[in-house]
Amino acid sequence: MSVLVFTENWDGKFKKLTYELVSWASEVAKMINGTVTALSIGSVAEGELEKLGNYGAGKVLTVETPALNTLDSQAYAALLSEVVLKEKASVVILSNNNMGKAVAPRLSVRLKAGICSGVSKLPLSTDPFTVYKRAYSGNAFSRVVIKSDIKIVTLAQNSFGIIENPVNVTVEKANVAVDNSLVHTQVKDVEKQSGKILLTDADIVVSGGRGMKSPDNWTPLLELAEALGAATACSRPVSDEGWRPHEEHTGQTGKIISPNLYLAVGISGATQHLAGVSASKYIVAVNTDKDAPIFEAAQYGIVGDAMKILPQLAEAVKHIK
Amino acid sequence: MKILVCISNVPDTTTKIKFSEGDSSIDTTGVQWVINPWDELSLTRALELKDDPSSGIKSVTVAHVGPVSSEPTIRKALAIGADDAIRVNAGAADAYFVAAQLAELVKKEQFDIIMCGIESSDHNGSEVGAMIAEFLNIPSVSAVSGITPENGIPVITREIDGGREKVTVPAPFVIIVQKGIAKEPRIASMRGIMTARTKPIKVVEPVAGESLTQIISLEKPAPRSACKFIDADNPAQLIELLKNEAKVI
Ligand SMILES: Cc1cc2nc3c(=O)[nH]c(=O)nc-3n(C[C@H](O)[C@H](O)[C@H](O)COP(=O)(O)OP(=O)(O)OC[C@H]3O[C@@H](n4cnc5c(N)ncnc54)[C@H](O)[C@@H]3O)c2cc1C
Ligand SMILES: Nc1ncnc2c1ncn2[C@@H]1O[C@H](COP(=O)(O)O)[C@@H](O)[C@H]1O
Repeated sequence: MSVLVFTENWDGKFKKLTYELVSWASEVAKMINGTVTALSIGSVAEGELEKLGNYGAGKVLTVETPALNTLDSQAYAALLSEVVLKEKASVVILSNNNMGKAVAPRLSVRLKAGICSGVSKLPLSTDPFTVYKRAYSGNAFSRVVIKSDIKIVTLAQNSFGIIENPVNVTVEKANVAVDNSLVHTQVKDVEKQSGKILLTDADIVVSGGRGMKSPDNWTPLLELAEALGAATACSRPVSDEGWRPHEEHTGQTGKIISPNLYLAVGISGATQHLAGVSASKYIVAVNTDKDAPIFEAAQYGIVGDAMKILPQLAEAVKHIK
Repeated sequence: MKILVCISNVPDTTTKIKFSEGDSSIDTTGVQWVINPWDELSLTRALELKDDPSSGIKSVTVAHVGPVSSEPTIRKALAIGADDAIRVNAGAADAYFVAAQLAELVKKEQFDIIMCGIESSDHNGSEVGAMIAEFLNIPSVSAVSGITPENGIPVITREIDGGREKVTVPAPFVIIVQKGIAKEPRIASMRGIMTARTKPIKVVEPVAGESLTQIISLEKPAPRSACKFIDADNPAQLIELLKNEAKVI
C-alpha cells in the first residue's frame, strides 16, 4: 500500500506546499503501514527530487514530456490514474489549489475513488477513512467518510505544516505513457511572470483595504511585504476601484488563501472578506477603529493609522532579519 | 450552441450556521437560500454571451440537482434570464452523485458549453464541474476568469501560476469559473420575474448513481483566542511577537 503525492514546482523548485503534502503523506503512510511515492511532472532543478526524501518520500517518480507542458486536466488525470494503479496507491494527496482542483475530481471519476477537498488535518481514522475539512467558507468544519477503496484528498495549504522525516529516496522514471490524444487544450496566449511570490502559495500575505485611503499610499505596504518576503493582497473595493490588480482580491468572490500570517491593514473584516482568509494560521490587523470586526478574527492587532504603523513595522522587520 | 449553467442552492454567506439532526446537517430554519454566488456570475456571463450574436449561443439552460424545495432558487435563475431549467429530483448526496446526474443531462440534451462554479459555498467542494467532464470524457478548463468569442470560437481565459493564459478546447466542454467571469451578477428585472413564472422547470428523475463520500458530522470552528493588542506607539513589539511567540516570520 502506498500514499501517492502529486507534487508541484514553480520556477524549477518544488513549491513549499509539496513538502507539506509529502509530510502529510508520510504520517498517513505510518497509519496504514504503507510507503510514500511522489510524482514529479516536468523538469526541476538539480538536487530537487532528492529533497523530497527529507520529508518521508521513499520513492520519486518522474515524468517529463512536452505533452504535459500545458495543463490539460484530462491528460493529467489520465496519467495520474495510471500511476495510482501501477503503484497500488490507496491514498492520493494533491493540493487544494487551482491545479489540485482541476485534476483531483477528474481522477476521482476515473478511478471511482471518493474525494474530499480542502482537508486540514490527518485522517481522524483510517477505517472508516474519515477526514476533517473546512465547510461553509470557514463557518463550520465537517467530518467526511470516504467509502471507496482508493481515497483522494486535497490538502488545504498551510493547514498541516512541514515535518522533517528523512528517508532514503530512490528516483525513477515513471513507466507510463502519456496519451497525446487526450490533450485538447491549446494555448493561444500566455501572460506570466516568473520569480514572483504567488499569492495562493505565500506563507505571509500583507493585504490592504479601503483604509489605505488612496492608491498612492501603497508604497509603505509594499515595502513591508518586501521586507517580510510576503505576497500582497487587497480587499474587494480596493481592486474594484483599480487601486490594486484584480489578482490580489481575496475573499468570498476573490482568492481563498491560507497563509501562516495574514496581515490586514485598513480592512474592516466583512464576512465576505473573512471567507477568503479565515483559514490563515494567524491574522493580524492594523486599523484605526478598535471596534472593527477584523479584530474579532485577529490574534494580534494594533489600533492605529496604517500610514504611521507600516513604515515602523518594515523597519522592525529589517532589524530582526 | 447551447449553454448549461449548473447552479447549486446555498445559504446566504451571512447566515449564522446552526446544526441539527445530531450535527450531521444544518438547521435550515430561518436560512435565506441563494444561487451559489459563482453560479450567479456564470449565469450572468452566459446571458451576456447569448446577447452577443457573434457568440452563436442560442439558449441558456440552468440545471440543479435537488429537492422541490430548491425551486425558488431555480425560479430566481429564470427571472435573471435563463430560458429554461431542469431539476433532477434527488438529494445532492455527494459531488460524485451530482456530477453523474448532470453528465446524464448533458448527454441527453447535447449542451455545448457547461458552466460550473469554482465551489459551492456550503461544502466548498470544488469538485462537480471537473467530474462532469470526466464522466463525459470531454475537456474541462478550471480557474476560468473569462470566455469570449473570437471568430466564432469561444476563447477561454484561465488563471495560472504567476499570470493567465488564453486557451481553446473543442466543444462540448466544461468551464469552471471564478472571479472575473462577469463583473456584477445580473439582477432580475420586474419583467424577468413576471415571465419566470411561466417558464418551464422540467423535472427529471435521477439515474442510478452512487455516492462515494458521506458527511458524518459538522461542528463550529473553535473560537479564536482574543486579539492581543499592541501599543500603537511600539509597533516593533508586534514583529517581536510574530517572530518569537507565533513563530511565523
Ligand atoms: C456578494 C458579496 C461578495 C463580496 N465579496 C467580497 C470579497 O470577496 N472580498 C472582499 O474583501 N469584500 C467582499 N465584499 C465586500 C465586503 O462586504 C466589504 O464591503 C469589503 O470587504 C470592505 O472592504 P474594506 O475592508 O477594504 O473597506 P471598509 O469596510 O471601508 O473598511 C476600511 C477599514 O479601514 C479602517 N481605516 C480607515 N482609515 C484607516 C487608517 N488610516 N489606518 C488603518 N485603518 C484605517 C476603517 O476603520 C475600516 O475598518 C463582498 C460583498 C458582497 C455583497
Ligand atoms: N446540486 C447541484 N446541482 C447543480 N449544480 C451543482 C450542484 N452542486 C454543485 N453544482 C455545481 O458545481 C459547482 C461546484 O460545486 P462543488 O463541487 O459542490 O463545490 C457549483 O458552483 C455548481 O455549478
